[in-house]
Parts: sequence; C-alpha cells; structure tokens
Amino acid sequence: MPASGRLADLRDRVARARDSDLWYHFTRSPVTVVAAAVTLLFLALAAAAPVLAPQNPFDAAALNIGDSRLPPAWIEGGQLRYPLGTDSQGRDVLSTILYGSRISLGVSAAATMFAMLLGVSLGLVSGYVGGRIENLIMRLADVQLSFPTILIALLIDGIARNALPKNVHQDLAIPILVLAIGMASWVQYARTVRGSTLVEKNKEYVQAARLIGQPTAHILFQHILPNVLGPVLVIATLGLGLAILTEATLSFLGLGVPATQPSLGTLIRIGNEVLFSGEWWMTIFPGVWLVALVLAVNLLGDWLRDALNPKLR
Amino acid sequence: MFAFILTRVANAILVMLVVAFVAFSLFNFVGDPVTNMLGENAPPDRKAELRLSLGLDEPMPFRFLRFLQHGVRGDFGMSFRNLQPVSSVLIARLPATLELSVMAVLLALGLGIPAGVYTGLHRNAWSSQAIQAASLVGVSIPSFLTGILLILVFSVKVTWLPSYGRGDVLRFGWWTTGLFTASGLKSLILPSITLALFQTTLIMRLVRSEMLEVLRTDYIKFARARGLSKRAVHFGHALKNTLVPVITITGLQLGSIIAFAIITETVFQWPGMGSLVIQAITFGDIPVLSAYLVLVSALFVTINLIVDLLYYFVDPRLRVGHVAGGV
Repeated sequence: MPASGRLADLRDRVARARDSDLWYHFTRSPVTVVAAAVTLLFLALAAAAPVLAPQNPFDAAALNIGDSRLPPAWIEGGQLRYPLGTDSQGRDVLSTILYGSRISLGVSAAATMFAMLLGVSLGLVSGYVGGRIENLIMRLADVQLSFPTILIALLIDGIARNALPKNVHQDLAIPILVLAIGMASWVQYARTVRGSTLVEKNKEYVQAARLIGQPTAHILFQHILPNVLGPVLVIATLGLGLAILTEATLSFLGLGVPATQPSLGTLIRIGNEVLFSGEWWMTIFPGVWLVALVLAVNLLGDWLRDALNPKLR
Repeated sequence: MFAFILTRVANAILVMLVVAFVAFSLFNFVGDPVTNMLGENAPPDRKAELRLSLGLDEPMPFRFLRFLQHGVRGDFGMSFRNLQPVSSVLIARLPATLELSVMAVLLALGLGIPAGVYTGLHRNAWSSQAIQAASLVGVSIPSFLTGILLILVFSVKVTWLPSYGRGDVLRFGWWTTGLFTASGLKSLILPSITLALFQTTLIMRLVRSEMLEVLRTDYIKFARARGLSKRAVHFGHALKNTLVPVITITGLQLGSIIAFAIITETVFQWPGMGSLVIQAITFGDIPVLSAYLVLVSALFVTINLIVDLLYYFVDPRLRVGHVAGGV
C-alpha cells in the first residue's frame, strides 16, 4: 500500500473511532478520562525511567552511602537532590520507584498477555471442538477457580523456586514469576471465550467458512476470535490491575522478583524493615505509587466493562 | 438428588487425588529426599539404609499409594527445618490462623452487610457515593500495604496496639488461644482488620447490587402497595432474598481468607500456618510445603462441596431444574 493510502486508511480509522459509541461514553465520563490519563502517565514514566530518573539506583558508583536514609526534600534534613528522600543504601527513592514501576508493569503486562493467550486459546478450542477436550479444560477451570489467584501464583513460584537449582532460578526468576501469575489467571478468559464461541460457531459466517473448507485454526483465529474479543479486553484490563497487585504481593513476601531488580513490592518490603525507626518515606511513596497505578487501571477496567455491556446503557 | 451429591463428592475426591499427586511429586522429585534429610556429606551406607527404610527403591505407584495411606492418617514425614513431624508443626500453627480468619469473617460480615444495605437503599445519597468510592480504593490497596499503614499509625506514631505476634496465649489441650487475655485481644485487632478489609468491600458491593436488583422486583412493589412499613419491606422482604448469594460468597471467601492470611501473617509476624508456609518456601522445607498444599486444598474442596450442597437445599429452583432434567 502506498504511503498516502496508508495515511488515508489511518485517518479513516481514527474518524471511525471518534464516531463510535465507546468514544462517546469515554468523553462523557470525567473519572475515566482522568484514569486513562493517569494510566498513560504511569506507563510513560516507567518507560522513560532511565531518562527521567535523577540517578541510576543500580549503579553502585553513583551511590553515596553518606547520603543514606535522608528524608524527603521538604522535611528538615532533606536535600533537593533527593526529592523523595533516600533509602538505607543511599539510593534516591524517586529513582528506585521509577525503575521499580518499570519492573512491576513489565512483569504484570507480560503475565496478563500470557494468561490471555493461554485462556483465549483454550476457550476457543474447548468451545469449538467440544467433547472430551472441552470437558477436561472446563473441569480444570472449575477446580482452579475455587482457589484464589494469589495462592496459585504463590505455590507455582514457590515450587519452581525449590525445584530448580539456585543459580538457574536466579536467572529465571522473572520469567518464572510471569508464568506463575499467568497460569494462575487464565480461567476467566477461557470461560468467557468458550461461552461466546459456543454462540458464534453456529452462526452463518462460520458455517460458510467451514463449507468452503477452511482449516479449523483459520476459522478459530481469523473468523471467531475477532468476534469474541470485546469481553476479553475487559478481563485483560481488570486482570492487569490484579496482576500488578499479585506481583507486588509476591515480591513483598520475598518470593517474586530477585532483590537485584526490585519492583514496587520489593521496595515496600525493604522499606518495611526500617519502618520502626520512623523512616516512613521508603515504604509510603512506593505504596502510594502502587495504589494510584492499580486504582487508575481498575477504574478504566470498570468503565470498559460498563461501556461494553449493552444492558447497562 | 442422590446422584447429584454423589457426583459432587466424586469430583472432590478426584481433585484431592490430583493435589496429592502434586504434593507427592514435590516430595519425591524436588531434590533428593535422602540428601535433604541427611545432608550432602552423609556416609553412603547410611543414605542407602534410609533410602530402603523410606521405601524409595519401590516402583512409583506403590510409593504414591503409601503416600496416600500416610497422608490420610495425617503423616507427612519430618520437617527438614526443625526435624519435628510435619503434622505437629502444622497443628501447633493452626489455632492462630483459624482465630484470625474467623475474626476477619465476622468483621467483614458485620461491616459489609449493613454498608451494602445502606448504599443499596440510598443509592444517590452523597454518603453512599462516598462509601462506594472508599470501597473502590479498598479493593485497590494490597492487603500488605493496609497492614503496614495500620502499623505505622497505631504502633509507630501512637503506640496503642502491638504490631507483631499474638500476645499472651492460653493453652487448652493442643489449642492455644489469645481470645482470653488482654494482650492477645489487642494483638488480634490490627491483623483482623487488615485481613477483613478486602472481604468487607466485596460483601458490601455484593449486598448493594443484590439489593438494587431485588428492590426493582414486583413483589417489593406489591409489598409497598400493601402498605407494609419500610422496615418490613427492606429487611423482611428485600434483605432476606439477597442473603443466598451472600452466604455462598462468604463460604467461598472463607477459603480465600485463609489463603490471604499468608500475607497478613507475614506482615504482623503472626505465628500461623501462613507465615509457616512462607518460611517453608524460602528454606526449601518440602514436606511442610506439600502438607500445606494438601491441607489447604482439602479445606477448599470441603468448603466448595458444602456450599454446593447448601445451595442445592436453600434454592428450590435448582432442585426443580434437576428433576425436570433441565439446567
């Protein structure tokens, strides 16, 4: 496609998006606009952490141990160089938060993607193929649904931690965490997608595709998938909020990410160790950051759920 | 009816078998159990002797059967860490977790139901909007952070309440309780609030949406038209009908409260099963980990089974559906 054609196509898409019901509802919900803005801001801050952070907290040469445990700048004894204070190793709290939210968001986004891929594929297959496979997958889903996500993620992570040799686990800690959180949260996608697939598979376009002899995989992913994605988007948004919390909780418990790559949860754990000396800033700032992030994502997800639900209009 | 109960029980047993198999594999294939027990440098003949006495030379199906046999009797071997039987380690920790969890459930019901009824009846009042907003913040705060904030306010800023441990406990047989001493009760306050907060918001939102749903129905309109008092309509007719899902969710949540207790117990250094399992994971204490896995799963499966059956008895529509062969 020539460049001008692509541009016209893009313009067309934007025009259609601005014309849609979803956009209309979006612009009329101030809370949602703020939540979306905050979410985007957090994403941008996390992505640009190496540029924005006043200090690289993982570069030992940049740290000055003499500057450890300084309070935030506006409190007596604080320095302007460290706006939110420093931790016990002399790291700038603002910088550790920026870098930490990068890891938190990276892990939880990857985990959400993995859960979505797994859940949507299993849902499509069990809805379309049916029979024993469906029975097996849905039975598994039922069982898993009766256990809380956090417990499953914790047990998977804990088992992997003990099953692998120490040095292997050190290198793989983050991928394992992603797998653990992802495997703990695929069920909702699978159940929803299976339900909509059951409806879609009897529609005429699917029958037509089958009649002209298209392969099953093609029918599943090219024809049915686009028509069942609406609810998946809602689950994924709410799931991202949950994944951020799960990651933070596991890291707080000392399981999750390795100490060399602290996420927001790790930072809160480190801060918690010195809470009793009254040095609250190492805990409270990462905590507030975490809650603001999750709250924004949750508000967005709540709105999306209501906006895509025709019954609530 | 009988068939329904039978399939549910069969399902539960199947799940337990799968969980037991995971626990069994954990014990047998994560590291070498003999090395785990005797240490790397034990003499080879002692290792061989232990291997024989543990029956590790037998084929796997036999070993799994024996694992089940012992498991049913509550025997999960010895803890690697403090060389006591796993069952007695777990039992010593059980009362702390149960007292905390039951307290949290009572708190969550006691706060959640009234708040839900209130926000459901006065859905447009600013006070219920405020409660709604607070509940959204409530679900967005991870429980470890709630705990830390409570500690910061009530144990660091003002030293009113203790921030760790159970305080003084009394011992009745194998049960230890902190419910009859002043320091025990004081120690229970912060952890149980922390654990209850999430469930409170959940129950509140559930009761609210159920109330809104029920208040729209014809029989409520009719009850109002009959001139019944507001109280009779709201509590006698509306609330009563919202309680079935509340019972179910609370039942199901009881299990997740025990799971979430892991986090609360870690924050408050509460000597329960949750902090035990975190220690087991960090120190590689496999027998404790696999026993915890089995115990918690058994709990979940039992709760689910009871809720399923209760639902069946409470809601007559389910029974009719089954008899008619529908649903």
